[in-house]
Amino acid sequence: MNTLQYKAGKTGFGEGLAEEGRLNQNVIGLGADITTSVGMNLFAEKFPERFFTMGIAEQNCIGVAAGMALAGKIPVFSTYGVFAALRTADHIRVSLCYNNLHVVIGGAHAGISVGPDGATHQALEDIAIMRVLPNMTVISPCDATQTRLATIAAIEQLNGPVYLRFGREPVPDFSSPDQIFTIGKGELLRRGKDLSIIATGHLVWESLLAADQLVAEGIETRVINLHTIKPVDEEIIVKAAIETGQIITAEEHQIIGGLGSTVAEIVTRHHPVPVDMVGMNDRFGESGRPEELMARYGLNAAGIYTRARQLLSK
Amino acid sequence: MSKSLSVSELEQIALQIRIDIIESLATAGSGHLGGSLGLADVFTVLYFNSMTCNPDDPAWTERDRLILSIGHVAPVLYATLANAGYFDRSELATLRKLDSRLQGHPGKDHGLPGLELSAGSLGQGISVAVGLAIAAKVDKAQWHTWCICGDGELQEGSVWEAAMAAAHHHLDNLTVIVDRNNLQIDGPTESVMALEPLSGKWKSFGWNVIECNGNSIEDLLKATGLSRIVSGKPTVIIAHTIMGKGIGSIEGNFRWHGKAPSKEEANGFIKEIKCRL
Repeated sequence: MNTLQYKAGKTGFGEGLAEEGRLNQNVIGLGADITTSVGMNLFAEKFPERFFTMGIAEQNCIGVAAGMALAGKIPVFSTYGVFAALRTADHIRVSLCYNNLHVVIGGAHAGISVGPDGATHQALEDIAIMRVLPNMTVISPCDATQTRLATIAAIEQLNGPVYLRFGREPVPDFSSPDQIFTIGKGELLRRGKDLSIIATGHLVWESLLAADQLVAEGIETRVINLHTIKPVDEEIIVKAAIETGQIITAEEHQIIGGLGSTVAEIVTRHHPVPVDMVGMNDRFGESGRPEELMARYGLNAAGIYTRARQLLSK
Repeated sequence: MSKSLSVSELEQIALQIRIDIIESLATAGSGHLGGSLGLADVFTVLYFNSMTCNPDDPAWTERDRLILSIGHVAPVLYATLANAGYFDRSELATLRKLDSRLQGHPGKDHGLPGLELSAGSLGQGISVAVGLAIAAKVDKAQWHTWCICGDGELQEGSVWEAAMAAAHHHLDNLTVIVDRNNLQIDGPTESVMALEPLSGKWKSFGWNVIECNGNSIEDLLKATGLSRIVSGKPTVIIAHTIMGKGIGSIEGNFRWHGKAPSKEEANGFIKEIKCRL
């Protein structure tokens, strides 16, 4: 068996962007002062003539990206998810989404695993804000390899705005480099008929660990990686509801408005079954080591396992 | 467009655009009359002289781009596009109505020829214009980007983010025209949130600043011409205009910022303009 590699989502983003920079002359990078922290240095160093520093001015970055897209470029802008998605929300709504322009926004440092920086820098509402915007695509890959492929797909396969979310911490990089990444298609990672865990981002890995434990105890647990929040793969969710009868969702994000809400909306409409949600429960994070915070708020294998057991015992 | 029109011919076009604005707003029953009338001369000079554009081929890649940041003065853009031949003047009567291509604030998804950007939330257009100008530089393209901003709009912080970026990246292929009519919805800009010294602000941000009478065709021709020959920095034209320009009874009255004339008022206004046609 291969040894598990640890790698940060942002590295996957930077690698995918650099690869696209080589393949597609229209790709332009926009930096908001934290180029290296979000992995964009890999692009900026190779293609300085197509990388533009904009300073700490996220709203302007969105408008500039819109203008570049109008002129046929494919701008990629990244900063911490809190600023990329929230500080800029109206600029994204009007300049990008209403005009339906192909711009890739990299929401870096997603989730509570940003750790010691504390609540201001932990993006926990970005999925909710981005997914309500018409024309917006929202992608939340499960690891670095998938982030690299999602970055390439977001640049090559789409024509409108896209929000791509990824983390800072090195986490298990378990998905196959040979996978075919399809935007809007959920991934069935483990079959099972008693319970489904639908997860996104790094919590996909934690869900697989939780499933190992549940399976060892005789619960046939299905695990689905919902890497695209929007457009969502309704089929894989409805099938899970019909075939397993109960669902746990897991995300490093507020329960309100995020993956949990997304799944509940679909299940309620097509095949109502009990859904419980692992996520941040309407509160801000705090400082701490990433693993401490994940444990405190139940955003890990143990937390997912506990919630699954509670749901099963109802 | 043909650059051979005389000043008096351009003045006549601006009058016709004013008539079309008044008629379309009266038919719509709502909309922003004051600012639209005040900008009629600026739009005339841009579309009938200064801009490289082709109404028969609105998507021509070498065209100059015009970004209207203050979406609420859409009526002056629509009236100008119609007069320039982008679409038939009769369509102006659909302004703000269901299924119209002439949305209350410009909406590109409705497919209006000549419209570059959906806009209406203030303070965003200048950033988009900066993005266009950078893209043109990357491509070594010759087209110019023009952006029309309101003066009240300059109170939005992101305008100054864009102003910084344009100077930093030496965008001499960008001209911003500020509609300096000194009025916003709550009253005079200098009482609501002072903008002066406005010229000094732009200068200190590294811009080439030109001030002109924004209701004088001659002044505007000179200013837009000058803005294209500056090298290494972006230009802002502070165009001093009068809200409601052309209609004596409403000139300079901020209560006409967001108001449409009734049919009777419109008839009177149009009669006043026709005296000068």
